[in-house]
Amino acid sequence: MSARETILAGIMANQPLSQKLPVVRVNEMIQYEDLVSQFKIILEAIGGACLEVKDHEELDTILQELIKEKQVVLNAINPSQTLVRQLQTDSLESLASIDMAIINGSLAVAESGAVWVSEEQMILRILPFITEQLVLVVDRKNMVSNMGQAYQQIDFSEIGFGAFIAGPSKTADIEQSLVIGAHGPKKSMVILVG
Amino acid sequence: MKIGLFIPCYIDQFYPAVGVASLELLEKLGCDVSFPLNQTCCGQPMANSGFEAMSKGCDKNFVNNFKGFDYIVAPSGSCVLHIKEHLHDEDNPKAADEIRSRVYELTEFLVDILKVTSLQASFPFKVGLHTSCHGQRGLHLASMSELVAPAFSKPETLLNMVKGIEVTRPKRVDECCGFGGTFCVFEEAVSVKMGKDRIGEHQDNDVEYITGVDTSCLMHLEGILKRQGSKIKTIHIAEILNSQL
Amino acid sequence: MSSQANFTHAEAAEQFIADEPRTDWHDDTLWFVREKRDKAAHSLPEWEQLRQWASDIKYHGLSNMHQLLVDFEKNAIANGIQVHWAVDGKEHNEIIYKIIQDNQVQRIVKSKSMLTEECHLNEFLTEKGVEIVDTDLGERIVQFRKETPSHIVLPAIHLKKQDVSETFHEHLGTEKGNNDPQYLTEAARGHLRDKFIASELAITGVNFAVAETGGFVVCTNEGNADMGAHAAKIHIACMGFEKIIPKAEHLGVFLRLLARSATGQPITTYSSHFSKPRAGQQMHIVIVDNGRSRQLGRESFRNSLKCIRCAACFNTCPVYRRSGGHSYHTAVAGPIGSILNPNLDMQANKDLPFASTLCGSCSNVCPVKINIHEQLYLWRQEITKEGMAAKGKTFAMWGMSEVLAHPAIYRMAGKMGRWVVKHLPFLTNNGMNPWFKQREMPEAPKESFRDWYLNNKQK
Ligand code: SF4
Repeated sequence: MSARETILAGIMANQPLSQKLPVVRVNEMIQYEDLVSQFKIILEAIGGACLEVKDHEELDTILQELIKEKQVVLNAINPSQTLVRQLQTDSLESLASIDMAIINGSLAVAESGAVWVSEEQMILRILPFITEQLVLVVDRKNMVSNMGQAYQQIDFSEIGFGAFIAGPSKTADIEQSLVIGAHGPKKSMVILVG
Repeated sequence: MKIGLFIPCYIDQFYPAVGVASLELLEKLGCDVSFPLNQTCCGQPMANSGFEAMSKGCDKNFVNNFKGFDYIVAPSGSCVLHIKEHLHDEDNPKAADEIRSRVYELTEFLVDILKVTSLQASFPFKVGLHTSCHGQRGLHLASMSELVAPAFSKPETLLNMVKGIEVTRPKRVDECCGFGGTFCVFEEAVSVKMGKDRIGEHQDNDVEYITGVDTSCLMHLEGILKRQGSKIKTIHIAEILNSQL
Repeated sequence: MSSQANFTHAEAAEQFIADEPRTDWHDDTLWFVREKRDKAAHSLPEWEQLRQWASDIKYHGLSNMHQLLVDFEKNAIANGIQVHWAVDGKEHNEIIYKIIQDNQVQRIVKSKSMLTEECHLNEFLTEKGVEIVDTDLGERIVQFRKETPSHIVLPAIHLKKQDVSETFHEHLGTEKGNNDPQYLTEAARGHLRDKFIASELAITGVNFAVAETGGFVVCTNEGNADMGAHAAKIHIACMGFEKIIPKAEHLGVFLRLLARSATGQPITTYSSHFSKPRAGQQMHIVIVDNGRSRQLGRESFRNSLKCIRCAACFNTCPVYRRSGGHSYHTAVAGPIGSILNPNLDMQANKDLPFASTLCGSCSNVCPVKINIHEQLYLWRQEITKEGMAAKGKTFAMWGMSEVLAHPAIYRMAGKMGRWVVKHLPFLTNNGMNPWFKQREMPEAPKESFRDWYLNNKQK
């Protein structure tokens, strides 16, 4: 018997009588009246920053400001604002020099400060992780209270890769003292538009 | 209402005052209490060491002694929990079932069955309350710090009816003291360290006594306190609730 | 794969505690994590309901495991993922070695996976001459020190920053005596970035595998799983089969519980959902049994397979906090380890179910409501049934149970110098009894309660 058959046969013989799935009532999960302020509180508590802008024009101004001092910026939203065109996206060494990546997110979750980013939005899967600083842009309309609601909005049939990203990368592996910037971005900002 | 008083073996032999206080307290509250003379032990020391199979004889003896009572009350959360969860008697399954549903820890009995709202007791001391795990997490004598649920404590409710007492809680309100039955000898180092840490938090509160619903926990803490030469004493909650100082 | 340790939990714990200030530090630090968990849990009024849902979803999963795995495999293959099955740790290691050989790769990075620890993958590959770089900071630290993780979420929690500083000085050339966590983390970041960029193959664990989508989720705070998986041209994800959940929407329950239970964070920094390999990448999943199907058949213990490895039970356990992870001599320590490991090797792990006071705090924090302390009790019964208790212990217990079953003997014995004093194992009145090492005995009173009752109350 192959390993597969052995394992599946063992499971078949040993699994208990089928028990029904519970009904998960998402409407019983916490709801916040003020999604933006809850999102901000949480994101700041986990080391991230949050900005609100009223429209895309204001967003543009802010982004211009943010990339001012940077050497290498990859703007996945508006490639015309990408600072270094000759960035070799197939070379990890080259990607590792990115100072800032600007990426659209499709969903912001108030309870956790997390933003859902799908592969299409990232352009490169590694981009939100390898960049020194990460800016995620989310439409204010696309905010939900909790993760239960968030999953109701994601269609996995279309997704090769996607991630919830909540704040900058961090570790507390040395004596439980928090250090921001483990392997991924040292700074992470979410801009809410609208 | 006929009540059978269950006095666990180590209370019988080491802490008779706890038995006396429990009996007097129940009688003061108007209960008809008898103490079946052939009782020994609930079987927990064997069962928790992995020898549940050997506690059958104990179980049988327990059933013989306590069948037919309306309630069985004991001043020990741990022994009551053991009876509640593990008492079986093949020859007399119905009597065993009944006992399991009628056995109460003392403070639980006072609060839930007798619905005591006042006590004629006074104990003018600063007392630290040790929350024993089996009573708390097993019998739900008090809310548990891990759970998201309303706070309550049956032992504390009763202590607050005592005149002159000042009740304090340690910083970690419901951490285990490290007794754990045979754990206290097989894992001596951890057991004692846990006990010392509990005592330390009570010391920080300047208590004169440490109390609780389980004599076994108190015996362990007392052993450490004495070795340390500490002035803090241990006292079973029944003794406080029955006190006239 | 489990090997016999030459010490028991109690022996190792005693050594650990010999350094009392360090024990206090370990205890306080993990208690702080427990407090953060409490705060996070209390921020959600629906917390207990979430735990119940999670527990029920997992039980549904256990009871439909066969179908869920078949579905998962089908969907994963349709997504372009290669699926492998391993009966035990050895097969798991061999599958990975074969992928390494087939692709002739040398530079391998690995993010945290307790399964690969359980299977002793690192040792296996090292013997074959393959070097593997652990990229989780804590795991890298213990790897440099040739140790194993002492905690499933905080692998280096047994170490102080001075220890880390010395290790990094030796291996990464950091400044001697510079103990600043920020500085040390920066050094590791630089070192591991080079490893990521050069890596050809990345191994990750799996937090959840979704039957419905054929995808899987990996959660980290550091971003190391993603750096590895997205940089390398081959990604191998290793999972025990119990990681499976039916639907993606159930992640909305589990991701709400996992990080809050583990560290008190609302969510890990990265919750990465892998469904398909990226263009040009190979993606493999290794599904491992290694005793799990046997555990599934043990009615009393099957619920242990609900575990999502959050380590809340470690952080709350008063014994774990004061004995350290290595005293459990297994890959997964703590309360959950003590109910999983006897299934892997009962003889080698027969001490573990006894390394607990059965206080029950573990069961209360467990986000999937595993009745951990009850299973500890039940393992104790199994272990003595199998005749694995020490002879002396069995004898003492037998003598005790005889006496306690016969009231007349009990009373006689009681009169002859307080029988209980002599025979309750913790009160045996001789200098050899460990009770005496740091504790006094209670003073024997004039009369027992029974005698008092006969003298004063018998009407
Ligand atoms: S047993 Fe429960 S608390 Fe312990 S690691 Fe597993 S899920 Fe977490």
